[in-house]
Amino acid sequence: MNDMRIVERLVETQGNKISARAVQVHYGTSHAIKDVDVDILDKTVTAFIGPSGCGKSTFLRCLNRMNDTIAACKVTGKITLDGEDIYDARVDPVQLRAKVGMVFQKPNPFPKSIYDNVAYGPKIHGLTRSKAELDEIVESCLRKAALWNEVKDRLTAPGTGLSGGQQQRLCIARAIATSPEVLLMDEPCSALDPIATAQVEELIDELRDQFSVVIVTHSMQQAARVSQRTAFFHLGNLVEYGETGQIFTNPRDPRTESYISGRIG
Amino acid sequence: MTDTPKSGSIFTQTGLMAKRNASEKRFRFYGLVAVVASLMMLAFILFTIFSAGLSSFRQTTVTFSLELTEAKLDPKGGRDPAKLAKVTTVGYNKLIGTGFAAAIKEHGIEIEGLTDKDAAGFLSDEAAANLRDRVLADPTLIGQTVEINALVMGRIDGFMKGRVTAESAANDSNISAEQLALAKALDDKGLLHLSFNPAFITGTDASDTRPEAAGLGVAILGSAYMMLLVIVLALPVGVAASIYLEEFAPKNKLTDLIEVNISNLAAVPSIVFGILGLAIFINFAGLPQSSSLVGALVLSLMTLPTIIIATRASLKAVPPSIRDAALGVGASKMQTTFHHVLPLAIPGILTGAIIGLARALGETAPLLLIGMVAFVREYPGAPPAGFSDPASALPVQIYQWTQRSDPAFVERASGAIIVLLVFLLVMNTTAILLRRRFERRW
Repeated sequence: MNDMRIVERLVETQGNKISARAVQVHYGTSHAIKDVDVDILDKTVTAFIGPSGCGKSTFLRCLNRMNDTIAACKVTGKITLDGEDIYDARVDPVQLRAKVGMVFQKPNPFPKSIYDNVAYGPKIHGLTRSKAELDEIVESCLRKAALWNEVKDRLTAPGTGLSGGQQQRLCIARAIATSPEVLLMDEPCSALDPIATAQVEELIDELRDQFSVVIVTHSMQQAARVSQRTAFFHLGNLVEYGETGQIFTNPRDPRTESYISGRIG
Repeated sequence: MTDTPKSGSIFTQTGLMAKRNASEKRFRFYGLVAVVASLMMLAFILFTIFSAGLSSFRQTTVTFSLELTEAKLDPKGGRDPAKLAKVTTVGYNKLIGTGFAAAIKEHGIEIEGLTDKDAAGFLSDEAAANLRDRVLADPTLIGQTVEINALVMGRIDGFMKGRVTAESAANDSNISAEQLALAKALDDKGLLHLSFNPAFITGTDASDTRPEAAGLGVAILGSAYMMLLVIVLALPVGVAASIYLEEFAPKNKLTDLIEVNISNLAAVPSIVFGILGLAIFINFAGLPQSSSLVGALVLSLMTLPTIIIATRASLKAVPPSIRDAALGVGASKMQTTFHHVLPLAIPGILTGAIIGLARALGETAPLLLIGMVAFVREYPGAPPAGFSDPASALPVQIYQWTQRSDPAFVERASGAIIVLLVFLLVMNTTAILLRRRFERRW
């Protein structure tokens, strides 16, 4: 993909998928996220950029309540998914995570076969009634993750035996197997080489048809290449949020401009 | 560093480099010395045990034919089992003694100064008991002349194994020079056999004066019962406790306190667990003394901390990315633990369990306190009822035998240690094989 095309890229106006209002995150005594308001659109790739430690990953993990597993972490404010508060007492985070899937920084396939990696989610959520249906899901997810042709002959081989890029695509296949509505990606390409990165980026662009994708990235080029909307975080604040083209060509905030031009970060 | 001039060729070693290399060499040497020293000690221990103990698996018997006279064994006739049982080992002892004396004459062995008492004392008391068991099991033998393989007394056995010599016998009131001469003569005629002795493994313990008849059967059975119970009791409880503490319990002062206490319990001397078992299981709960059930309960208590600590460590060692991955696809906490974390932790759990079991197998002190040191001549029954029968245990049996005065028990105790080591080896091998199986899966 050509970086220069970003300006002309169209952003279709979509409904809000996730809305965050006045979100604060505290890790013990440190204040990691300060008063963040974000609307994440449906069927759009949204990139979170910012220097290390600015809170973009922390905020991402708020969106599917992965922060619940950290005892010291406290989230306040309101985050809604399709208008429903995900921090409501009635919400079961496990059920939420089936709707809001996640891909992690380091490829982390289960130490099981490729097939079982993808089939695990549908199995535990009871999405299939027969082995044939499960086979179908596994195949379609691996196809969507552009991995099918490489692994179709060795579905019983361990997922940990794949190369880094293949592993990450396997993790993406695993994440989309539960048919989530939102896919969160926490620096999915930081452990990958440029070729694997290009494959994953292409994949993200294709996934946009079906999911709302939120991607955290260190690489501004990547954000420019794959996203339609970009949020810039700095020191726990959401500095600027808007269309990717506008953020990269005409940032409103001086801090965004200095980060993009490489002066801070 | 700035004022250091550019150093010379890389072919010459600088002073500091030489020092660093020397210290590394020294360190390697220390390590090698430590390894060699420990291997030598191990070899020494094994050599001592095996050289003293291997002979206990062989036992001397004397073969001769003996007429089972009806007049002595079944004076009233009729082969009534109840009446047959009235003839005690004393009766058989006399019969076998005269029979042996006759056999000596028959083979033309003449030893000067050999009294009838000497001849009778040549055989073990156990020989009469064995013969009696044989006759009671098959009364049709009465009246026939049968070939018997009689155990000889411990000193003669020692003579055959080289432990007892003419010099040592001179100062020993339990054996006479004539008996030694008889042994030599019988051996020359091919009547004394030193052969494999299954009774050492299967037989029951015998009294102080009959080392030749002492066996490990009860102790092996008791130890096996206890290990079985310890696995059943301690492993599920320990693993469940660790999973709860590691994966589910909130991290607060209370769980911290529990954690500290578990670590401390692992260091508590085992005899303290014995006292605890005595107070709780025997005095309070009223469970039978000397039983493998109480032994296993005490050993389970002792093993639990080891298993919990090892299990928690191996659960901790499972990479958090696996937990994230499972939670990320919407697995519940329990599914994450049981589908992904636990399978990865199993090799470590098995290692911990086997270390705990090995310690439990070799433990003596707590068993002394709950009465397993008693002299047990009856086999415990079949499980589960047999778990509450009195039993012994291998380490306790070894402890008991080392206390006895007859030097033949040194050999017996060493033999028992070999059996204990074989037990350990079998357990460890099983654990390693299981580990392999679980590791190889991925």
